[in-house]
Amino acid sequence: MTPSKSWWERLRHSSLFWPVLVLALVMGFNLIFTPNFFQLEVKDGHLFGSLVDVLNRGSPLMLLALGMTMVIATGGVDLSVGAVIAICGATAAVLIGHTTDVTNTPLPLVIIITLGVAILCGLWNGLLVSRGNIQPMVATLVLMVAGRGIAQLITDGQIITIYYPPFFFIGGGYLLGLPFPLFIVVAVFFFAWLLTRRTAIGLFVESVGTNASSSFYSGINEKNIKLLVYVFCSFCAGIGGLIISSNVKSADANNAGLWTELDAILAVVIGGTLMTGGRFSLAGSVIGALLIQSVTTTIYAFGVPPEVVQVVKAMVVLVVVLLYSEPVKLGLDKLAKRKEVQL
Amino acid sequence: MKLAIDRKFVPLMVTIGLFILLYIYGIVQYKGFSSPQVFLNLLIDNAFLLITSIGMTFVIISGGIDLSVGAIIAFTTVFSAFLLETMGWSPAIVIPLVLLIGVGQGAIVGGLIHYFKVQPFIVTLASMFFFRGMCFVISTDAITINNEFYRAVALLRIPIYGKAFISVNVVIFLVVLVAAMYLAHLTRFGRTIYAIGGNEQSALLMGLPVARTKILVYTLNGFCSALAGVVFSIYMLSGYGLNTVGLELEAIASVVIGGTLLTGGVGYVIGTVFGVLIQGLIQTTIMFQGTLSSWWTKIVIGLLTLFFIGLQSVFASANRSRMAARTQKQAPSPAADAGLAANAAKQ
Repeated sequence: MTPSKSWWERLRHSSLFWPVLVLALVMGFNLIFTPNFFQLEVKDGHLFGSLVDVLNRGSPLMLLALGMTMVIATGGVDLSVGAVIAICGATAAVLIGHTTDVTNTPLPLVIIITLGVAILCGLWNGLLVSRGNIQPMVATLVLMVAGRGIAQLITDGQIITIYYPPFFFIGGGYLLGLPFPLFIVVAVFFFAWLLTRRTAIGLFVESVGTNASSSFYSGINEKNIKLLVYVFCSFCAGIGGLIISSNVKSADANNAGLWTELDAILAVVIGGTLMTGGRFSLAGSVIGALLIQSVTTTIYAFGVPPEVVQVVKAMVVLVVVLLYSEPVKLGLDKLAKRKEVQL
Repeated sequence: MKLAIDRKFVPLMVTIGLFILLYIYGIVQYKGFSSPQVFLNLLIDNAFLLITSIGMTFVIISGGIDLSVGAIIAFTTVFSAFLLETMGWSPAIVIPLVLLIGVGQGAIVGGLIHYFKVQPFIVTLASMFFFRGMCFVISTDAITINNEFYRAVALLRIPIYGKAFISVNVVIFLVVLVAAMYLAHLTRFGRTIYAIGGNEQSALLMGLPVARTKILVYTLNGFCSALAGVVFSIYMLSGYGLNTVGLELEAIASVVIGGTLLTGGVGYVIGTVFGVLIQGLIQTTIMFQGTLSSWWTKIVIGLLTLFFIGLQSVFASANRSRMAARTQKQAPSPAADAGLAANAAKQ
């Protein structure tokens, strides 16, 4: 085997190397140990199988991870996405009402208002961070704590069940044989990619994350960039909230989106975006989200109690984070160098 | 100089003042609020939160954060309940064992944070997932604790005067509080924590034992949360993996309300105590009020946290402009101005 060293080096230093490797390991594990994991069948014109399941169930997380990537790239963090999911789910459920087959508000209006509420949440976070100069973690902590209360206020403390089938399409529908949420993810990913890689905004985001004050002095409106990423993050969470509430056909102010902020942050970190801000990778975050989801699905497929998922998640996160850490990176580089010398 | 010292205490004074105002409001508004037992119940019901928030204060003063405390408490309750009830172990072994686990996890977390330079946020997040998961690996259902020792401790009422009483948990909290205040303000270890929180680089250059102190801070917090777990299992007499979900955020909010800066370097243990008590008092008031729903607690606490953060940034900017004025008087050089402006923008 004679792979060119530069090729290997480039691959090893690519931001997607570790997440893809771990994802491949998980998939390889499934290939050997989980029967039928890669089996796809077509039922009623829809595609079924564990892989589709991973994509389908992982879609809210992928959306959150996309939004979170941008926030983390500016050196911030958004802890309120779980609460925003709950608020948006509650808003949608209340707007639809609980009469069977009837909606109190036309569906397009429901979607627009819900996403509008999400954007409001994002504006709140963004203004606190950019104009109030409050640390992102604390600023979003406020909405995280108060947000669940607000969601309960909207639903009046009840779990609202939705009986309006057209709404279920958002989270449970199929288009061209594939789950509909997947199309939403692709659309949002494409939008985010265009926004960050085809305009200067991506560069600005990285610049703000690397050094906010020098960005300011080089004429970048760092306040508005920060505002924008928080709004985008909440917007993604709002879509996630619609998908989740449509999928479970109800809105639960207490449990909808519980701990998803942590999953989203993990996905971003696994995807290779540093918590300190700067360079980010949208594709990495999506792969991170998929990794988390496939680990979860794998564990379910094994019939292990679902609670164990958290333990495994913790292990995966720790391993990935340690792989990214400076000392380990330096050690690996040294190892690689030594090998070169021997060769 | 005297003024500057006073200014240092202002956020703390605001917190204590707010607590007293709220308490007076309760007494004026509701019958029975003035009973000393209402105040003592605040301590009894929040003893575990007080203990873990004290540990959190140290972590935050050192410039870190620990998201795993809620999970450690839940794990401690489940693991002790499991050992006591299912395995039939003696409390004399169980309590030291769970405390040791807390200390061990704190040391590992601290080591990972310091030596691998991983963000505290992520490591403690992983630790949180791990211990929440382990709760359910041990038992998915709640385990009731019937152990005689635990029951006896739980039912023990220590009279203060008249009918008013406190529980053993409150005594444990008071001991922790005194020890923590001694550690923070009267020892070299405490001063090193403040120094690291102020600026880790300078602390290192001053020759302070940064590595040891940082690891010890997380170890201390691990111990505090495990102790809070023991206190909580005595309080609830059961172990359940869904206990204290989101407690880490309550603890962080208490620390912030208590006037500790999340950037580290500034804060008081006693402030945190009042931070917890204010939250408890809000809950009590809403309970006494009777018609307001419980979710108002969350909203009010969120707004209160915001208020205190706002207060902190107002003070921070006032400090900065004062310093800027002083520098301008001394050396009106453009370089110094640019440096200050850069600092201002950074903060």
